[in-house]
Amino acid sequence: MHPALSVILFTTASGAGYGLLALLGVLGPMGLLPGDRWFGLAAFALAFLPITFGLVSSTFHLGHPERAWRAMSQWRSSWLSREGLLAVVTYIPAGLFALGWVGFEQSGGIWGWFGMTAAMLSAATVYATAMIYRSLKPIQRWCNAWVVPNYLLLGLMTGTLWLAALVGLQARPSMPLALLAIVATALAWAAKWRYWRFIDTTRSVGTAGSATGLGHLGTVCLLEAPHTGENYLMREMGFRVARKHATRLRRIAMALAFALPLLLSALAAALGGWAGAVAALIAAISASAGVLVERWLFFAEAKHAVTLYYGAESA
Amino acid sequence: MTSLPASTPAKQLGLVIDLDICVGCHACAVNCKEWNSGGHMAPLTDTAPYGADPTGVWFNRIHSFEAGEGSAGRTVHFPRSCLHCAEPDCVTVCPTGASYKRAEDGIVLVNADICIGCKLCSWACPYGAREYDHDDGVMKKCTLCVDKIYNENLEEIDRVPACVATCPAGARHFGDLGDAQSKVSRLVAERGGYDLMPEMGYRPTNKYLPPRPRQDRAGCTGAAAALAPAEDTSQATGILRWVDRMLSR
Repeated sequence: MHPALSVILFTTASGAGYGLLALLGVLGPMGLLPGDRWFGLAAFALAFLPITFGLVSSTFHLGHPERAWRAMSQWRSSWLSREGLLAVVTYIPAGLFALGWVGFEQSGGIWGWFGMTAAMLSAATVYATAMIYRSLKPIQRWCNAWVVPNYLLLGLMTGTLWLAALVGLQARPSMPLALLAIVATALAWAAKWRYWRFIDTTRSVGTAGSATGLGHLGTVCLLEAPHTGENYLMREMGFRVARKHATRLRRIAMALAFALPLLLSALAAALGGWAGAVAALIAAISASAGVLVERWLFFAEAKHAVTLYYGAESA
Repeated sequence: MTSLPASTPAKQLGLVIDLDICVGCHACAVNCKEWNSGGHMAPLTDTAPYGADPTGVWFNRIHSFEAGEGSAGRTVHFPRSCLHCAEPDCVTVCPTGASYKRAEDGIVLVNADICIGCKLCSWACPYGAREYDHDDGVMKKCTLCVDKIYNENLEEIDRVPACVATCPAGARHFGDLGDAQSKVSRLVAERGGYDLMPEMGYRPTNKYLPPRPRQDRAGCTGAAAALAPAEDTSQATGILRWVDRMLSR
């Protein structure tokens, strides 16, 4: 599948933002985070900016961005519609929660309930994002059980790393947060590892024989394409550049998204102070860059059934 | 509304494509382009149509496959267009309600006025039926010539999709596949018509008729198994007899 930059930016940025927002909504009311308004301001900015940036950038690949509001109407059947609706609805409790924290330096009581609600809606939004891909039957590499855990855990991981960095920069490095970051990163790594193992070892359902229904005659191969040039289908579904470099890109993604953040989070916990804060910040930046590569691969490695009509042997 | 009709439409208009007959002339694709360039989903934009790298929107694409190995292999021309599925995910994934399946006849259409061009429907279609119009910013697809098959300004004989009307070989049939007694349904039953990629679970309305068994031996066709040897010249008379005798020396 063609990796559209706007969709990659949206899913990674909003994943991190919702991860952070969910953690604020859960840990804030429990009193586990600094309660002052400056921390709140920085934390909510760090959550809302990528979410909003992601939502806006996701409209860039639309043919008619001015009609984007219509996308919230079909929540009965469409995961994309549900995602859009959840994303917008999340702003309401999240905004109220931020108001309590930043405006009144309160994150308990009724404000805490807003936080909890925002956390649940954040998780639901990321779940809906994942389900958009999970429900596409023509793309076996998306339509499998590993996609939803991947999206949820990667969002949690990047959110935790950014929260740990932010708390660290307040010169109050937090041991529990560093541990949470290590656990989340390890889990996300395991889920991604299993996803890659799944796509490497699972045989494709579709073949040129099943796509044409001519399999009973023997091997089916494309003799002549319908057109001499490329068309929309070949550009959108038949993207091939990354598969050539998949092994190397996976190593880069694993180093940046998982290995380095794990190491740096452990370092941050061990060092403490400003050195620890810097380590936590680098961990968060590295993870975000790594998840970008991971998401690019997620698209580029996905094979669509329509390519079977254009010479692919399996998809 | 992108939810599917509550009950399966009684009428399911669709195509039956005979892979035994199709000669791969692309006339159906060309006439489709011609009709629909001015039809319901118009325009079907072409970019640089006379340039070095032309590209554009078509609803019908004709692939040619080779099936089987060696001397048993055969060429099969394979027209590919929207199958107007009974359970089309391209409709249900649409976030705006632009994609819909008509309750009255099962035709799957796009409302170009509210399509946002997110392209998700084209991802959800395993058959590649939908092509995005970069110029228009909306998704386009086969309409089963909805503006032709019900058009009372046309003679009744012309109220069939453009691809069916133009096929010079008679490889395309149009009718109600929801009615078991219709001509197309009987044809499907008789010839073992099948669904493409049934494992996807989309339950396509359009059916494909398989190529008939190969007739590669003389006996299969009713002709003499072998021709009589050509060496026997005893019947020759006149000048031919003289030529035969001279050359036989």
